[in-house]
Amino acid sequence: MEPTTLPTALAEIRDDFLALGVRDRLQLLLEFSNELPELPERYADHPDLLERVVECQSPVYIFVEVQDGIVHLFATAPAESPTTRGFASILVQGLAGLTVQEVLDIPADYPQSLGLGEAVSPLRVRGMTGMLARAKRQLRERVAA
Amino acid sequence: MSAEFDSAAKFAEYAHPERLVSTDWLAEHLGEPGLVVVESDEDVLLYETGHIPGAVKIDWHLDLNDPVVRDYVDAERFAELLGSRGIARDTTVVIYGDKNNWWAAYALWVFTMFGHEDVRLLDGGRDLWIAEGREITTAVPDVAPVEYPVVERDDRAVRAFKDDVLAHLGQSPTGRALIDVRSPEEYTGERTTAPAYPEEGALRAGHIPTAASVPWARAAAADGTFKTRAELDAIYRDEVGLTDGDDIVAYCRIGERSSHTWFVLQHLLGFENVRNYDGSWTEWGSAVRVPIVTGAERGGVPGR
Repeated sequence: MEPTTLPTALAEIRDDFLALGVRDRLQLLLEFSNELPELPERYADHPDLLERVVECQSPVYIFVEVQDGIVHLFATAPAESPTTRGFASILVQGLAGLTVQEVLDIPADYPQSLGLGEAVSPLRVRGMTGMLARAKRQLRERVAA
Repeated sequence: MSAEFDSAAKFAEYAHPERLVSTDWLAEHLGEPGLVVVESDEDVLLYETGHIPGAVKIDWHLDLNDPVVRDYVDAERFAELLGSRGIARDTTVVIYGDKNNWWAAYALWVFTMFGHEDVRLLDGGRDLWIAEGREITTAVPDVAPVEYPVVERDDRAVRAFKDDVLAHLGQSPTGRALIDVRSPEEYTGERTTAPAYPEEGALRAGHIPTAASVPWARAAAADGTFKTRAELDAIYRDEVGLTDGDDIVAYCRIGERSSHTWFVLQHLLGFENVRNYDGSWTEWGSAVRVPIVTGAERGGVPGR
């Protein structure tokens, strides 16, 4: 199989996690969690536009936009769910500026490559896998529309 | 060495008032020697965002579950875990957590299988502590490790396995009870997961025959504290029909919500034979040839 080239930002995030010990990976996830941007106003007033990710243990809503072929991912999750916020934040930062095709090409098991299984448990990492899958599905729908 | 009990009037009504402390009590006793406060949450990062000063963290998934077998950690690992958190065999442990203390109750139930004597829940959990504007900190305490003895886990008294539940179904219907604490949608079979929860893999939807549907949240007041003795008696004794001496098994999806109900039945209402079936629906709903029932009726046991 041809090795997939992972977009630079996602590769850097992965390398940053893997360079750390298990405890510090948790701290880095917390930093991501704190960096999750607020929703732009047009969505803050329209929570109905956001799609709930049922694979996540806590309520998280995501929405994908495409402008001039570039993908923008928006996500929101409550402060009481820092792990979920951290996962969303990794995707928001990792997908920033990518083209539609680049996002669709992200390997579905990218969340498993971050070394978070030991830090937060494989079951919890599934929440991020679900989020990525939904972002891609929304994207396919946007592009097809 | 054990911390004094909380003499709050509300707790005095319960069968075992020594199993609960109030936020007032905890605020007053924080830092006392012989007391260790443990936070146990669903969200593995929540402790890092701020916790009760001096509290240590125990995670249900990373610390209490065996990493390979679907089981709890063994005696050596448990001893290592507790020792590393500064907990000795005679330490008073107060556990609190998010989500109405689901995971706190689950941790308390695991501590019980290892025979840790003095383990209590913070009534109202993490949310109440924060709602009351009490102090939280991100400072992780510098814990001096202590020796915790290697004590074999005894699953018999408070844990039920699938075969125990099958045997339970074979008993005379009087004197035994099954309590399904999941959401009504999971009970009837409309769905296999809690609303807004991840699919954890059950092949069939429905409930174990004869189980009464009593969602765990019915035991909780709006602020996340436990309801009063009288309110709980009205639900579990008057409405569900539980009587003293009954052999009771509670289950949910993976055993965490039913730990909450187990705590209520055993410690607050004083039933003596209460077991938590931690295999719960993720096991029963996928097991071959075990009977299940769909719909709102409790249903009967086939062949009985």
